[in-house]
Amino acid sequence: MMFKARVEVSLKKGHTDPEGETTAKLLRELGYMVETVGVSKVFTVTLKANSKAEAENLVEEMCRRLLANPTKDDYSYTVEEVK
Amino acid sequence: MEIRVRGKPAVKREEARVLIMRVGGTNCDKETQRAFQDLGAQAHVVHINQIVKKKHMISECDALVFPGGFSYGDYVRAGAIWAKWIVAKLGNEIKRFLGEGKPILGICNGFQVLVEMGVLPAFHGISEFPEAALATNSPPGYNCRWVYIRHENRGNCVFTQHIDRNAVLRIPVAHSEGRFIFPKEKENACLEKLLEGDQLVFRYCSQNGEPAEGAYPVNPNGSFYDIAGICNPEGTVLGLMPHPERAFYWWQLPDWTRKMVLPQYGDGKQIFEGMLRYLEKKF
Repeated sequence: MMFKARVEVSLKKGHTDPEGETTAKLLRELGYMVETVGVSKVFTVTLKANSKAEAENLVEEMCRRLLANPTKDDYSYTVEEVK
Repeated sequence: MEIRVRGKPAVKREEARVLIMRVGGTNCDKETQRAFQDLGAQAHVVHINQIVKKKHMISECDALVFPGGFSYGDYVRAGAIWAKWIVAKLGNEIKRFLGEGKPILGICNGFQVLVEMGVLPAFHGISEFPEAALATNSPPGYNCRWVYIRHENRGNCVFTQHIDRNAVLRIPVAHSEGRFIFPKEKENACLEKLLEGDQLVFRYCSQNGEPAEGAYPVNPNGSFYDIAGICNPEGTVLGLMPHPERAFYWWQLPDWTRKMVLPQYGDGKQIFEGMLRYLEKKF
């Protein structure tokens, strides 16, 4: 079975987000009432697995092993079957 | 995994084999090679794919270097892809290498790789997941400038044992992901551990050695506690963001045309010299 996962890696709360702060500053310069901007990275992964549960386990493993650094990153994902 | 350092035999300087690894995106390998060669050692630049095919190259060398650059285009996070690739393909060889007390140097991107590999800070041995991170600079952007770093180590780091404590070195940085951080909730505990274990090696400082206290541009990236370089608990792995290979010769110094009397070498030489002196020792 083929699955498609959408993994979002974002900065943990409390960590400085220089990219987000700079973006927020410019958006304010452009006239928007922006409070904060957070920058995340999205990975779209297609993978083969025997079940949705297995696909989710594999994606979890990918996040822990490569996609996120637990020092500073939080991650979340959704997995759906590709028909 | 805990590292147990075994007795290391002495190596003659002219026989010392330094293996400088490279991948796509590495761009400081040649300068690093020249620095070691200038000091009388043998230094070879080898692509990681060659090393994976001939794993014995690791055990046959006396020192390993992860040079600066942008390995794999800094994709995912700077250093992450190379780090996980090494752990998957050469993890056992690296552990054995470290167990023999042999040194590993990581410069800039090499430092990022060592942290992502879990080889630094490695508070309880090589960690499965990174215990620290080199995050996006604050203020953001690529920062290429000469900085001052203060030597803070009390003698644990084998690369800097010959450098006076509190000595100030002038070496340039060139990176956009160099802000050294610990997990926010464990920041102080990790710093305490780093200091207790004599793992703090360099901090960004002013010309006269005052800590930067986070102030830009003395601290060029917003690093926690102005950290510029750390070593592992055994002192055999050093990672630092500044580029010693770019401060090796007098003609690399930014003010050489304005000085009447010039040193023969820049401060960066001391890092390479320290590694070779360690190789020459038996313990």
